[in-house]
Amino acid sequence: MAEGMISNVLKKSGKEVQAAWARDLAAALPTGKGRISAIELEQQTGEFLKLLTTAAEHNKGADIAASDFKPLREFLEGVSRSRAVQRFTSAETATFIFSFKRPLFEQLKLAAGKDAEKLADETWQATVLLDSLGLHTVQTFQKAREEVINRQQREMLELSTPVVKLWEGILALPMIGTLDSSRTQVVMESLLQKVVDTGAQIAILDITGVPTVDTLVAQHLLKTVTALRLMGAECIISGVRPQIAQTIVHLGVDLQGVTTKANLADALALALKRTGSTLKS
Amino acid sequence: MDRIPILRMGEFLLVTIQVDMHDQLALRLQDDLSNAIQKHAARGVLIDISTLEMVDSFIGRMVADISGMGRILGAETVLVGMQPAVAITLVELGLALPGVSTALNVERGMALLRRKIDGVDADGAIV
Repeated sequence: MAEGMISNVLKKSGKEVQAAWARDLAAALPTGKGRISAIELEQQTGEFLKLLTTAAEHNKGADIAASDFKPLREFLEGVSRSRAVQRFTSAETATFIFSFKRPLFEQLKLAAGKDAEKLADETWQATVLLDSLGLHTVQTFQKAREEVINRQQREMLELSTPVVKLWEGILALPMIGTLDSSRTQVVMESLLQKVVDTGAQIAILDITGVPTVDTLVAQHLLKTVTALRLMGAECIISGVRPQIAQTIVHLGVDLQGVTTKANLADALALALKRTGSTLKS
Repeated sequence: MDRIPILRMGEFLLVTIQVDMHDQLALRLQDDLSNAIQKHAARGVLIDISTLEMVDSFIGRMVADISGMGRILGAETVLVGMQPAVAITLVELGLALPGVSTALNVERGMALLRRKIDGVDADGAIV
């Protein structure tokens, strides 16, 4: 056997395989949703067949990590990435490869004729190859999705900590949502950096949007207050709801030395007084 | 051996730390500064650490010590220009530096120092 049967079959009857594959794909994936056009799909199947033929010609094994399969691997990575962005499911993405099996096996059967042993061998080899290609596709797909999730998480972290300038020398940080270690770290860093940038004297931490305050959250708040004091700025905590005030007292958290106010308006009034500004109403 | 310069501005002393602090340097600064406070009868000390980018627990404690020492010798000490990263590190190390006055920059620090000293004069007692 000078050449692999797969590459022979693909070279000889690539058009038929592609046509059958396109039919199977269309049956498996309704393209009506407008996510991917028939032309685009045809381009992708054509490209895949071309790359697979070249790869199978040079390497009869099924080890897709080999360098002969590099262009094919990269092509599949591109396809699954674009699928991930187009919000395909992982099953739909894997179907792209797995639906190729039936057309290929049919052609193999035709080529093998009556030689049952050869057909079994070739089918097995093709199965192993296509399975690993399919797995590779799903893996890349998943990675791409994870990247999207990670990016969104990072964006949420940044979005959830806006530092706003209320007045000359007065910054406010309205905190919304549960405070955990990583969020508090981001909050602390962005607030401190903003204090340096603007030269603010007073920062107001508004915790109206924080649903619960436990010892850990209280500790984080105290750390932020201390860090601000070390940098030479004052900190006022505002928006302490009655329940939270009760919790803090029951937990035995010591908020001595920290100015707290019930709402942002009171905090702003105090901050204005401390910076020596006055408001006329 | 290098040392950190201590500048005299009237009744104030100005210390600008512009190099990486190592332990020996900090100890020497402590020595020099206490001598300088006594020699010039300084009433205020301003320590600018705006270029200090790294601190460890030893340097953190040193800064607190220098401030406490200054107070005993009758000089108010104000620490100015601490970088966010340094502040976060000190807090994580549990060094909140209680009793150390701080300000955002040298200008504010000077104003604070002046206010403090005026306060002593007006009341006739240490604030």
